Amino acid sequence: MVDNKQQWKAWIYLSPAIVLLLIFTVWPIFNTVRMAFLENYSGLQAAGGKTFEFGIQNFVKVVKYRKFVSCLKNTVILCVTTVPISTLLALLIAVALNSIKPLQKILQTIFFLPYVTNSIAIGMVFAAMFNIVGSFYGTENEIVVTAGIVNNVIEFLGGKTINWINYGSTYTANMIVMIVYIVWNALPFKILVLLGGLQSINKQYYDAAKVDSTPRRRVFTHITVPLLSPMLAYVIITGFIGGFKEYTSIVGIFGENMGPADDAGRLNTMVGFIYDALETNSQGRASAAALILFGIILVVTMINTQVSKKRVHY
Amino acid sequence: MKVVLQNLTKIFPSRNKKVKGEVVAVNDFTFEIPDGKLIGLLGPSGCGKSTTLYMISGLQKPTSGKIFFGDDDVTELSTENRGIGLVFQNYALYPHMTVKQNIMFPLQNLQGADKLSKAEMLERAETAAKLVQIDDLMDRKPSELSGGQQQRVAIARALVKMPRVLLLDEPLSNLDARLRLQTREEIRRIQKETGITTVFVTHDQEEAMSISDMIVVMKLGVVQQIGKPQDVYDDPTNLFVAKFLGTPPINVFNGRVKDGTVYIGEDAVVTGTDVSDREVIIGIRPEGFELDENGPLQCTLSNVEVMGRDVSIVSKNDASVNPVIRSIINSDHKIDTTVETVRYSVKLHKFFLFDKETEERIYFEVK
Repeated sequence: MVDNKQQWKAWIYLSPAIVLLLIFTVWPIFNTVRMAFLENYSGLQAAGGKTFEFGIQNFVKVVKYRKFVSCLKNTVILCVTTVPISTLLALLIAVALNSIKPLQKILQTIFFLPYVTNSIAIGMVFAAMFNIVGSFYGTENEIVVTAGIVNNVIEFLGGKTINWINYGSTYTANMIVMIVYIVWNALPFKILVLLGGLQSINKQYYDAAKVDSTPRRRVFTHITVPLLSPMLAYVIITGFIGGFKEYTSIVGIFGENMGPADDAGRLNTMVGFIYDALETNSQGRASAAALILFGIILVVTMINTQVSKKRVHY
Repeated sequence: MKVVLQNLTKIFPSRNKKVKGEVVAVNDFTFEIPDGKLIGLLGPSGCGKSTTLYMISGLQKPTSGKIFFGDDDVTELSTENRGIGLVFQNYALYPHMTVKQNIMFPLQNLQGADKLSKAEMLERAETAAKLVQIDDLMDRKPSELSGGQQQRVAIARALVKMPRVLLLDEPLSNLDARLRLQTREEIRRIQKETGITTVFVTHDQEEAMSISDMIVVMKLGVVQQIGKPQDVYDDPTNLFVAKFLGTPPINVFNGRVKDGTVYIGEDAVVTGTDVSDREVIIGIRPEGFELDENGPLQCTLSNVEVMGRDVSIVSKNDASVNPVIRSIINSDHKIDTTVETVRYSVKLHKFFLFDKETEERIYFEVK
């Protein structure tokens, strides 16, 4: 048993962390829930002495918002496309990296570089790659300085210039750009985790597979992937969580417009929706949206863990 | 399928770049393993026996030399195409598969004409499992099995595809004493039943001697002696082989030969040999002693261990290399445990002379 004096000491040692957690984690969570359930809560009006009634009006408002549906749709589309694509690509790259001896360290560094680069900066580079510089685009008197490196490649291969992100671009083109960018941005972390997993697999399993004349494809599907399944589950779950919080990547390419010039907000996401609500001082609505997002992430993660219980071995 | 090893050599380069020098793991190994026999590669750790096994499997490439399966040169053939079965020392069972899936895995890899139906695979997996007595564990994962059970799954997995050659790397090292005895008999039985040429690696001489048709004794990458277990035991080519085989081990003495008489200390153990005068090392098997009131070899009695069928007499002699001498005497003899000195005569066929420098056997005849 620890006597009382000792217990006090323990509390004192813990106090800095506890105080910080209370102020910056526990209180905000509690406050978010509180604001979400106060009718039409606004921080500005609250400061002015106004009181708010308890109710679920904020949630109703959020769901009824026309933009909410489009934000949710964008978020879900980006999630369900980028997570599988980036995981699959990361798996293939990690396996390839693991199977080569020379240059492995250098290539590993190159693949990891995007992770340490600012995502807004990367977004601007991507935007430049897809951007058409010029004016009167799509008219008879159009002046195109450059159609961007991606279009240059398409033209070189005999294709037609595509309006990716500029005035008049289509939703599909915008989404393709977003998916390419998010996948590329998500790769390094996933490669790192999967490569680490691969390197910890006992080589003897591969020797045993060789002895049993296992075809390479079967070695991959029946030995590598199952033995890597804990890492794959981790990468997929964190990928979905990150995907539902997607926001900066869109700012990175489209700026705060969250869409091409002629249709601002078209690519807005759930987190963007929350920011917009905060900007109009509707903390109640923002909190309600945040709780809805939290609920969605919770459910998806629970599904993920349930699936991985069956799929992840040992 | 006979397996021929021709001047097989494996050299590992030095790991440390600053220190030059390489390790010769296997040095110029030539041997023809007869078809359908069980061969034991025997030696202390680091003698190159596992490396030899892995070269036969193809997992390691020989630095020089050739390997033939039958008349086919397989030296350049990859492991996948050699058609061997290999039991790893650490089992290497796939942790995410059940026992059944593990055993069936090699069968599912078969392609073309060898392809089996699901029912055939299941049947063969069950036969293999029965052979090693794990047919009641088919739905468990390897992590739910004991070491011995895992080892048997590994043997079943190696056998199920009817390999051309079966290779076992220390197959019994993780089993308890009783199971080891039982399993080694089983390996012998399975090998005889299937007639598959089998090579197994062990550092346990008793294990190798008890089930092998032939044993290969190795030391530091060099083959010391090849032969039937009894022949190698009865007729070792050098001191290393003599010391390595036999439990309890051979008794070793420093001695000398003068005028054809072999002396241990002042005792003239054997007379009338044709060996020229020199210093020698003398090896006498424990069963090579006979109690003899007038025997030439005098030893100080330490104690007597009765083991039922036999009696083991522990005694001392100044010329002995080991602290004690152990002799095994038939228990029909009455042994007086109160005497201070025991006197032995020696059986000539259990008595070996070795050169003091080279430790090679000195063959002699008694006139």
